[in-house]
Amino acid sequence: MSIELILSAGVKAGTCLLFATLGEILSERVGHLNLGVEGMMQIGAVMGFMAGLYSGSPLLALGAAAISAALGALIYALLTVTFKTNQIVTGLALTIFGTGFATFFGDQYIGEKVPDTITSAFAPYAIPGLSQIPVIGDALFNQSPYVYFSYIAVVVCAIYLYKTKWGLNTQMIGENPMAADASGIPIDLYKYINITIGGALAGLGGAFLSLVYLTTYQGDVVLGRGWIAVALVIFVTWNPVRAIVGAYFFGILATIGFRIQQYDWSPSIYLLDALPYIVTVIVLVIMSIRKSKDNQAPAWLGNDYFRENR
Amino acid sequence: MRTFHVIKREPLSRKKQIIIRLLYILGAILMSSLFILAAGANPLEVFAGIISGSLGSMHRFSSTIAKTVPLIILSLGILVAFKMKFWNIGAEGQFLIGGVGATFIVLNFPDLPLPLMLILMAATAMVFGAIWLLIPAIFKAKFNTNETLFTLMMNYIALSLVTYLQYDAWKDPGASGMPKIISFPANAVLPEINGFNIGIIIAAVLVVAMYFYMNHSKTGYEISVLGESPNTAKYVGINTTKTMIKGVLISGALCGLVGMIQTSGVSGTLSVELTGGMGFTAIITTWLSGLSAPLIVLTSFLFGILIQGGSYIQTAFQIPASVAEVIQGLILFFVLASEFLLRYRIVKKDGGKKA
Repeated sequence: MSIELILSAGVKAGTCLLFATLGEILSERVGHLNLGVEGMMQIGAVMGFMAGLYSGSPLLALGAAAISAALGALIYALLTVTFKTNQIVTGLALTIFGTGFATFFGDQYIGEKVPDTITSAFAPYAIPGLSQIPVIGDALFNQSPYVYFSYIAVVVCAIYLYKTKWGLNTQMIGENPMAADASGIPIDLYKYINITIGGALAGLGGAFLSLVYLTTYQGDVVLGRGWIAVALVIFVTWNPVRAIVGAYFFGILATIGFRIQQYDWSPSIYLLDALPYIVTVIVLVIMSIRKSKDNQAPAWLGNDYFRENR
Repeated sequence: MRTFHVIKREPLSRKKQIIIRLLYILGAILMSSLFILAAGANPLEVFAGIISGSLGSMHRFSSTIAKTVPLIILSLGILVAFKMKFWNIGAEGQFLIGGVGATFIVLNFPDLPLPLMLILMAATAMVFGAIWLLIPAIFKAKFNTNETLFTLMMNYIALSLVTYLQYDAWKDPGASGMPKIISFPANAVLPEINGFNIGIIIAAVLVVAMYFYMNHSKTGYEISVLGESPNTAKYVGINTTKTMIKGVLISGALCGLVGMIQTSGVSGTLSVELTGGMGFTAIITTWLSGLSAPLIVLTSFLFGILIQGGSYIQTAFQIPASVAEVIQGLILFFVLASEFLLRYRIVKKDGGKKA
């Protein structure tokens, strides 16, 4: 199999991860570890598919996926931000709820195909010029418009986090909510917005799977990819630009594992599945040893902030 | 201008706490009913189905217990870690690795007599589980590596390992190409008493032991202090690293033990489907118990009913089992919200001064 084909398949496999990873970065940047990614992706996958099936409109499908998953994230935000519940437990609850929700509504559509209007709208479109770049051109610029949409999402997230006042405030909340509070930043509002947009992105990642990646609805569309996204956030050190590299790296690994199986080549193909997680652990450990300022987890990640405890 | 203000409240009486919790569970049931109605089914039928499917006959009851037992033991393991505020969300992985340990003994020493076999399987499962959690704990102690993310990753590494064993290294060549590990021989199967495997006795003993350990032993006390405040712990002369490692070893060993009980007593072999997500469910049952060993029995039983009842209504009424998952999620949301009102209260503030 040619390198171009592997790269192209890797980008396609990585796109759902990219959306979800961007979403989780936004959430973790305000200090909220949301383990509900898997559930939100499931909700987005099924609601996006249903909206697409009944309306035939790609935009409505995207909207339904983003909004439904954002509502899931809103429950998480209400509980963890306002009600100060434990983030881990609340996130897991969201995953259980989302998985049940998706199975409940989705199972009747197993085997249904995405309508042609949507399939053609999301069909690969070669960008003139760029798609001619050797090796990577085809992989990056001869893809579905949905993939191009993820590039836009990366750029917007990066500008938001690093170049806007809101983004800097967001980062401050994750690092030091006391200081952010003291300087008059409306912490809870920021948290709500980041977490909810994060959910919308996870939903878009899920809908990419049901609308573009598979096109025929299956029982469990997401298949644990939400958890990979949680790992990816660490791997890319909470940086939306690096998220591209990370998501495609994981996407390519998944593709290679899948291809090698056909050749009955080596006993280690099943162990290859563990590689992304092992690499993530190594990154996590190296970061904690080096204590470099740039690549750390947001200092307040996982802790709730209660002003009275200051 | 802030007219409302959230403050911590004095602990409520036990009775009030229970009433508030029950009200919220009622709210969750109402919400679930709306959900079921919206989906075009009859909520009463669904709830009745869940109850009769989990408790309606001796056979169903024993199936419910078979789902409750692993939840109890996993929850006890998680409890020890959570008491120290060591966020072990890797119970799923320790469970799997425990299963690997037990299977390792069966495959390598297939002819041991039953008692010795079971003891050796359990011991290996516990050691494997403990080591699986010890790895993140060592990095936590040395470099303050985030244990939540580390233990989460260890789940997937364990799952890949089991996949490799099932599809490759330990694959049964006699299974005509089916990727499965051999079923355990009779001398490696947990005995049953009246249709219940003896896991239930193990769980009962462990609950009592854990209660006394946490409330009446020195280490249990140290673990609690460490969780409340590491600084206090250091101040009163507790060796915090040593205490953490002790707690972690217990936590991992208990979760690993479940791997032995489930392979030997329930599934009869090791496979990637061994856990059924129970390592994650147990985090929730632990949390809902308020980190109390006796209450873990109650929360685990409640979830055992939901899981077993859910799979029953699927076969009996063709109502998807996923209804049970949705109900689980809703109950959790409501109970989590209720904890807020148990801990805080909202007061009106006279002035509009910025706090």
